[in-house]
Amino acid sequence: MTSTTEPTEPLSVEQLSATTLLRFATAGSVDDGKSTLVGRLLHDSKSVLTDQLEAVERASASRGQDTPDLALLTDGLRAEREQGITIDVAYRYFATARRRFILADTPGHVQYTRNMVTGASTADLAVVLVDARNGVIEQTRRHAAVAALLRVPHVVLAVNKMDLVEYKESVFAAIAEEFTAYASELGVPEITAIPISALAGDNVVDASANMDWYGGPTVLEHLETVPVSHDLGHCHARLPVQYVIRPQTAEHPDYRGYAGQIAAGTFRVGESVTVLPSGRTTKVAGIDLLGKPVDVAWTPQSVTLLLEDDIDVSRGDLIVPSKDAPPTTQDVEATVCHVADQPLTVGHRVLLKHGTRTVKAIVKDIPSRLTLDDLSLHPHPGQLVANDIGRVKIRAAEPLPLDSYADSRRTGAFILIDPADGTTLTAGMVGESFAAPQPVKDESDDDGWDF
Amino acid sequence: MTTVASVSEETDSTPYALSHLDALESEAVHIFREVAGEFERPVILFSGGKDSIVMLHLALKAFAPAAIPFTLLHVDTGHNFPEVLEYRDRTVEKHGLRLHIASVQDYIDRGVLRERPDGTRNPLQTLPLTEKIQSEHFDAVFGGGRRDEEKARAKERVFSLRDEFSQWDPRRQRPELWQLYNGRHAPGEHVRVFPLSNWTELDVWQYIAREGIELPQIYFAHEREVFQRSNMWLTAGEWGGPKDGETVEKRLVRYRTVGDMSCTGAVDSDATTLDAVITEIAASRLTERGATRADDKMSEAAMEDRKREGYF
Repeated sequence: MTSTTEPTEPLSVEQLSATTLLRFATAGSVDDGKSTLVGRLLHDSKSVLTDQLEAVERASASRGQDTPDLALLTDGLRAEREQGITIDVAYRYFATARRRFILADTPGHVQYTRNMVTGASTADLAVVLVDARNGVIEQTRRHAAVAALLRVPHVVLAVNKMDLVEYKESVFAAIAEEFTAYASELGVPEITAIPISALAGDNVVDASANMDWYGGPTVLEHLETVPVSHDLGHCHARLPVQYVIRPQTAEHPDYRGYAGQIAAGTFRVGESVTVLPSGRTTKVAGIDLLGKPVDVAWTPQSVTLLLEDDIDVSRGDLIVPSKDAPPTTQDVEATVCHVADQPLTVGHRVLLKHGTRTVKAIVKDIPSRLTLDDLSLHPHPGQLVANDIGRVKIRAAEPLPLDSYADSRRTGAFILIDPADGTTLTAGMVGESFAAPQPVKDESDDDGWDF
Repeated sequence: MTTVASVSEETDSTPYALSHLDALESEAVHIFREVAGEFERPVILFSGGKDSIVMLHLALKAFAPAAIPFTLLHVDTGHNFPEVLEYRDRTVEKHGLRLHIASVQDYIDRGVLRERPDGTRNPLQTLPLTEKIQSEHFDAVFGGGRRDEEKARAKERVFSLRDEFSQWDPRRQRPELWQLYNGRHAPGEHVRVFPLSNWTELDVWQYIAREGIELPQIYFAHEREVFQRSNMWLTAGEWGGPKDGETVEKRLVRYRTVGDMSCTGAVDSDATTLDAVITEIAASRLTERGATRADDKMSEAAMEDRKREGYF
């Protein structure tokens, strides 16, 4: 990629406005060619502009490199450029005529599992890269497991470096089959395998002439067409109350609205709703969609609900349909990923943020730690350190309306915060994990360092 | 999770799909309301530039029909475009808001800051900004920064903790999971909040067009007296240009960004309407900052270095 592509035909204003947004995350081991794939997607979609490429060319030349190092395009921090590695999640943006994309570009180093968790938490789709020469390796299984754990709706297996295996269908088919079997078992709902060469440009943006045996979409075609809206018909409707809007002006003397972003499902005017944790019930008198009244609103719209009765509702409450209220409980069981450098231990006093509510909590037990490589559970690890995934039992100071993460990614999720210095400690997912209990080996057999 | 049997374009036209602008708007409003719910003294950085204008518009929608529960803060370099200052003051008055001003000129007059040899005042903004944050005890400071602007900004969090010296430490950032923003901070620390993190320049312009938001006229093509310096068209004026060897000429130009006159360049353009601007940007081969900002070109890590010191 030493030259810029010519400008494509400019899009009309109407074309640009009719697009939807897809959030996706990439995951791959260090040398799988993730930077090249990201570079190729950005470059071929005209998202790397002349001045950015010139800056990369200048910097590469000043280091004595012959060709522009596309990693310089994505490694934004001084320390990353110095070490030639990606330290942290970066967010990148590109667009085609059909869709806008937000890419959470997550590092491949094993010690940065927490970064993939971060990227995957908001992703509609994850791209897992595999080197065709190496096939499914430990790191691939970790990435699949994280995608499954975070319930990313769509997973793409990009089998890269097909040029180095003579574009053989048999190589691709074997890897695709092994990965699909493994990921399906974890509960990944949709897997699309695509043979590519990011370096040569095969099946990334343009269909490959070297693999006429492949009849599926290119990576970009798939990103452009994969559905992002979910069937909301049977979703539990949830509105965490963020803020009470009370103008108290001559024009609006009695206006009292409960503002929030709908976390799941749909709300309708006239519907019976219950406010949790108090359990009081009333009806939706009106819905304001950013200043405009509507009859129905759905996730992820930010709205203001007006209620028929003047009941006590404040920030931290959850408004739900009366016919579909989650149970409230002070005892939280969850799968967590520990994201901080200081460990999480039994007896740790923490803050738990769920929706818009933050409560005191205590870690009662850490029953097991999970090894993503083989999905085995290690009993009573005593603590979780950075990048560990494990099961925890937490006692909250107040009752919380918790959904299972399997039912609602948003109201089934929480974070733990260190009350002393505010550090975000842990990402939590309520309910059963995908990992069925398996034969357990004793913690002492383990070297204690899984990733 | 439902498995979708076939992938087709029709799936996006279900009644429950949001356009990308609606999704970005909803997310930004959520961020404004989180800050209103969790902080004591938030403030919006407002320069009269397009990003801060969009921020203000989103804040107005987030709390309608009530007033915005925040004040505004402008770091005035002393080299601002008069049209933009006029727009700023008119907007503040129209919405009945309170505006704080941190003045770079004032710091120079008092001898606290010294004019740089290259005449740019952008790096000089950091001290007045951070001192104002401390003296007013602001605990959340909204900025219009977008991750698409610059590679250091691509690493920025939506809620970005700053220490008591307003410093950013990119290696010690809090992971941001789901939409669960962590605003915890110690006294003296504050949080920079970026509701437009996920917007691109094109998104901002499309949103301005959709919402019919008024902008200062310098964003549209107009005849202006400019001179060339470092491959940029700068507006002639008392701030320090043209110098010897630089000649003024009248050109048809517009601005893509609005900042200090000494380092914000105009681009040749005949785009006089929003549609024309959007068409122009969609076809441009240059980024907004690459086209018109001198301050980012000083070194490979210019933005990172300034952000570490407390720049927004």
